[in-house]
Amino acid sequence: MKQKRHWYHYLWIWSIIYFSLGFVNILFAWLGLISFCLPLIFAIVGGNKLFCNRYCDRGQFLRVMGSQVGLSLRREMPDWLKGKAFRYGFMIFFFAMFFNIIYVSWLVGSEIQSLQDVVTVLWSLQLPWNWTYSAGVTPWVAQFAFGLYSLMLTSEVIAIVAMLIYKPRSWCVFCPMGTLTQTICKAKFKE
Amino acid sequence: MAKLSPRHAVVNREICVACGTCVDVCPMEAMQIVQGSFASPLEEKCVGCGMCAKECPASAIKVEVRS
Ligand code: SF4
Ligand code: SF4
Ligand code: SF4
Repeated sequence: MKQKRHWYHYLWIWSIIYFSLGFVNILFAWLGLISFCLPLIFAIVGGNKLFCNRYCDRGQFLRVMGSQVGLSLRREMPDWLKGKAFRYGFMIFFFAMFFNIIYVSWLVGSEIQSLQDVVTVLWSLQLPWNWTYSAGVTPWVAQFAFGLYSLMLTSEVIAIVAMLIYKPRSWCVFCPMGTLTQTICKAKFKE
Repeated sequence: MAKLSPRHAVVNREICVACGTCVDVCPMEAMQIVQGSFASPLEEKCVGCGMCAKECPASAIKVEVRS
């Protein structure tokens, strides 16, 4: 028995395009905001998780790499990783990081801080990315791009590690956006 | 009414993260995400094949004998 294939099963290509574009020019990192806005619109307006269920490029990427390519070891995830404490804790941490990016961009925009043209992976590993930065751009615009690309790359690395060790879409269990949209949907339907 | 299969998928709604992986893999198109909150199989369509349980990253699905 074979599952039906739909156009959205190929959205994993967007993950590759996104990280490639950001590698060429960091300003493309702004496109990552699509992955922040769309799931929220689906959840708030539609009260559904259609973004996760169909249109998330990362979800599709993990499925393709883990199941189709067969890179996943498919181990059982430990209970604490699936637990509410970790899921909500990680969500708060992740969004705190996101708001910190906005704050740092504001500092750069207000000339309180100078532009840091580095991509930071896993909040510690700094990669010089200055060849991708086209000069002449407003510094806060570039700062936000560096920050968002760092966050997207960091979460992609964690998602890939989880895919390799546990089941293909294990990242989705504690994905901050997935947790947030499920929380919104549950709240919407709670009578 | 069509005869129900002897086994069916049962979702633990407390653990389910509504990721939709089960919807994607179900060959019978029996799985649905309800209110963006949890997965639930359509009883008349589920044949208890266990594909969903195999793929669920949260291990929220068990295939059980129908009561
Ligand atoms: S849980 Fe996160 S990674 Fe998974 S499908 Fe939803 S938004 Fe995408
Ligand atoms: S795969 Fe598991 S966690 Fe995801 S929606 Fe289905 S039952 Fe829920
Ligand atoms: S047990 Fe098989 S038929 Fe039933 S919901 Fe899961 S994948 Fe679909």
